[in-house]
Amino acid sequence: MLNAILILLGCQLAGEATARSLGLPLPGPVLGLVLLLAGFALFPALPALMRPLASGLLAHLSLLFVPAGVGVIGHLDRLGGQGAVLLAALVVSTGLAIAAGALAFVAVSRLTEGPGSPGAPDDDPASGPASGAAS
Amino acid sequence: MTEFTEIWSYLARGPLLWLTATLAAYALGDAAFRAAGRRPFVNPVLVAVILLGLLLWLTGTPYATYFEGAQFVHFLLGPATVALALPLWEARAHVRRAALPVLAGVLVASVTGTASALLIGRLGGLSDLTLISLAPKSATAPVALGISDRLGGSPTLTAVLVILTGISGAIIATPLLNALRLRDWRARGLAVGAASHGIGTARALQVHPVAGAFAGLGMGLNAVGAAFLVPLILWLFL
Repeated sequence: MLNAILILLGCQLAGEATARSLGLPLPGPVLGLVLLLAGFALFPALPALMRPLASGLLAHLSLLFVPAGVGVIGHLDRLGGQGAVLLAALVVSTGLAIAAGALAFVAVSRLTEGPGSPGAPDDDPASGPASGAAS
Repeated sequence: MTEFTEIWSYLARGPLLWLTATLAAYALGDAAFRAAGRRPFVNPVLVAVILLGLLLWLTGTPYATYFEGAQFVHFLLGPATVALALPLWEARAHVRRAALPVLAGVLVASVTGTASALLIGRLGGLSDLTLISLAPKSATAPVALGISDRLGGSPTLTAVLVILTGISGAIIATPLLNALRLRDWRARGLAVGAASHGIGTARALQVHPVAGAFAGLGMGLNAVGAAFLVPLILWLFL
């Protein structure tokens, strides 16, 4: 566990240092993610070492947004008189982005992979989103 | 009664109380989410934020005091982002096969999200400052704040809009994608991550591991894409 924490923080630290020193428009943790991926490719034992810590952190990823979310409440007045328009713009555009992005993915994957390719999870109906409210 | 007040004022100043309150509020939100049959509109983040907001308001606690405790949770966002490498690595066979669909999905989600938000905002009469602050809302917070700052927007307003975008994406994604009959976990996850960053990715991880991996990928690629695309799209609207 200690080694896993050290590797995780080390990747983030290296990512932050690289992003800062090269002036990259990317946050340090995203570069850290890329570094850890490179580590996985280089050291076959690394994924098993990182799994308990990484799955533990990611199982409650939503929790980590709560402090920032509470901060939003204090700034809701920032939305001012334009609040209704801003909220409409946010919700509608997010819905459109999700729908258009997913449709684009499916359209291109039909072109490049052909129907019934092994990559398409469609061939496992039991795991389909229609099978339960859990999705 | 004075004893209670004394103990309260002692605890309210330290980080322990607010760290515990953050975890408790989230546990309640998660319990509500499960009790509601894991329906996406009972979003655990939203429930926890409302509960904590009420608690801070009732006790007259400033956000800075609250954050003394909550910062320990907030800090973990960075390491958790790095940890997204694991689901991505485990789904690498999927990802390699789907390189072109992934790029197309992120590009379309990024352009659609930014352009439609700016169009609605412009028609609704938003000021230029507000439009600039709105434009990078789908990118992960540090990237969005950087873009907003660089282009002359308000980073504080952008922070608020980024969080609200994440929560709305996490809530609407499942019913919307089901209505479209899109059953490909890769497409579903990628689009949610690209449109609503980490909060959408957290939602996707709850649903399916492949969706979670592709959501992390969508979030990461959109962070890169937004840095280049947002200024271009904004230029068309200002």
